[in-house]
Amino acid sequence: MSTTVTAPPAKPGSSAAARIVRSVATARETGIAIALVLVVVAATAANPNFLFSNDGFRDLLLTPSLLLLVAVGQAFVIITRNVDLSVGSIVGLTAYLTGRLFIDFEGVPVIVVFLGGILLGGLLGAINGLLVAWAKVPALVITLGTLYIYRGINVAWTGSDRINASDLPRDFRGLGTDQLLGIPVLTIIAVVVLIAAAWYLRNIRGGREFYAIGSDPAAAHLYGLKVNQRIITAFILSGALSGLAGVLYAARYGTVSSAAGTGWELQAIGAAVIGGVAISGGVGTVWGAAIGAFLLLTINRALPILGIDDFWQRAVVGILILGSIVLDRVLAVRQHKRLIAQREVGR
Amino acid sequence: MTAIATETVPVRLYQAHSRPLWRRILITRESAIIALLAIVIVVALIAVPNFDSPLTVTYLLRDIAPILLIALPMTLIIITEEIDLSVASIVGLSSVITGILTQAGLPFPLAALLAILVGTVAGAFNGFLVTVVGLPSLAVTIGTLALFRGIAVGLLGTTAITDFPEEWTDLAKANIPGTPIPMIIVPFVVLAIVFAILLHFTPFGRSLYAIGLNKEAAHFSGIDVGRTKFVMFVMSGAVSGFAGVYFTLLYSNARGDNAMGMELQVIAAVLLGGVSIFGGRGALHGVIAGVLLIGTLGSALRLAGVTSDIINVITGVLLILSVVSASLLAWLHTRQTAAIGKRRGKRVAERAAAGNPTR
Repeated sequence: MSTTVTAPPAKPGSSAAARIVRSVATARETGIAIALVLVVVAATAANPNFLFSNDGFRDLLLTPSLLLLVAVGQAFVIITRNVDLSVGSIVGLTAYLTGRLFIDFEGVPVIVVFLGGILLGGLLGAINGLLVAWAKVPALVITLGTLYIYRGINVAWTGSDRINASDLPRDFRGLGTDQLLGIPVLTIIAVVVLIAAAWYLRNIRGGREFYAIGSDPAAAHLYGLKVNQRIITAFILSGALSGLAGVLYAARYGTVSSAAGTGWELQAIGAAVIGGVAISGGVGTVWGAAIGAFLLLTINRALPILGIDDFWQRAVVGILILGSIVLDRVLAVRQHKRLIAQREVGR
Repeated sequence: MTAIATETVPVRLYQAHSRPLWRRILITRESAIIALLAIVIVVALIAVPNFDSPLTVTYLLRDIAPILLIALPMTLIIITEEIDLSVASIVGLSSVITGILTQAGLPFPLAALLAILVGTVAGAFNGFLVTVVGLPSLAVTIGTLALFRGIAVGLLGTTAITDFPEEWTDLAKANIPGTPIPMIIVPFVVLAIVFAILLHFTPFGRSLYAIGLNKEAAHFSGIDVGRTKFVMFVMSGAVSGFAGVYFTLLYSNARGDNAMGMELQVIAAVLLGGVSIFGGRGALHGVIAGVLLIGTLGSALRLAGVTSDIINVITGVLLILSVVSASLLAWLHTRQTAAIGKRRGKRVAERAAAGNPTR
């Protein structure tokens, strides 16, 4: 498999700089990042406002930030060779919870609301994880069930009610629009989470074990890794990040109906897959998932500017997903051949 | 020691696994679903007003007909341990093609035929990527879910085509004369019989189970795994295309976002009907009961004044319960056989000890 995390073995005499250049150039994420840059450049060439107007720049960073969080959580789950279809429903539930907290407990501190959203999301994720780990049933089935259940609870709780911007305190709504040094606060939150997640996956033992489990669950179990515990952790992380995204959803959009977050599960999986997280587990980085989330939503805004109806956005997304998995397959086959050739030489 | 073990073990193991015929027929996952369906129907007949009206039956069958249709090939696909998430997008695409071609002045039957053809090609595209390129079907069909839906939405935008020849829309809404059963059940029954014979009474059907249980073993026993899977996906596309034409006529409405999310309903129904997501296990009568169970339960609860969100929760709980109970039963079974084995081991040891008192 094409693992991007470990740098290729350095040739003798090559400097650290050359090594970094080589590892960036061969990284799975580079292709998708170039695609993102191309989309931004093309859209900016067609209409400079896309990047250089104040709103354009803000939207470019702000809109994908929420999906980024969900996609990072999804990447954790997919790396352990599972999938979480319930994230969209979790976003919807926590977004509504956020509104309710502000309405029912006037003057509640914003930090409590954040913790509440993350906790509820983590709890819902833990339910997924426990069911997957205990019942030994594929996550696809379990989270398909909880997708229905969480969404149903959300709709039953919300009813025809909806949260309006006027229900939310001003300083909380400010989070959705405020900027720090020209960068939206929501984007900063998302990027901080992204860096923490990437650090954890790359350098911490627990993070490395996710890859081991995804590459070969049976081998990981035989080696003595706590497979169930790690899988439950991955689902809790995915749920908690979706919960955080739900809180930010309320801050960003102000209005929350029972349909908030519908369909996000497929967007998040799409973002992760486009970003090089292999659906068969064990491969990929959260950076890739994050770039994938940016690409998905940036294309959506770029298409009308490039003179294409944004109705075609989903078709483009589909082609991107198919393109990335085909590319992944090609790279895997090529590496497999190279490894075999190396073994022949070594004999 | 080993001589004693080979003397006793095989016979007893065989006995432990063979069950009387009535148990093999009655105590299965399929029978449990059918029994549950029967209970739901009886309770609804007693407790829910208007549930026994002919109109309820008509609307229920009309609405779940597309799911019933698509569940047939989906069952076969999941038995081979693959999945097709793009079916609802193919329904939408076929619906849009029907609409556009009818609006362009093509006679309706021709437009419908071309729409089914487009569905078939879409299914072949899935099959090509899964079998020839060798990609996991979950990833492929997440991609084509977006792609086919994107083409459907891209072709029509937010507009909807609602003008269809009346004789055809009437046909889609018509009942079999003298009964409350809609006409669509006729092609469904025909297809169900074809699929049931194919799956349960032909070598082709056996090969599907073989592939689902062990791909490599199936390959080495002479089954063309790739071609078999390809055929599955083509069938799924064709049936979804047909469901799209029916969907369009029933609601006189061709839109890009028709049948959005239906893939999850189909898969939920198939899994509820006792098909294992690990492949190699399942039967069509269970799946049909599963679709009817979800449909009947929903219809009865709606008539009883329960809102559709609670019905969604119940669907989800049913789905999880059915798969969790299956693995619970499997766990109990392995524990039981392990206990039997342990007891036998003890007996063998005792006998060995008794036979060799000097030891």
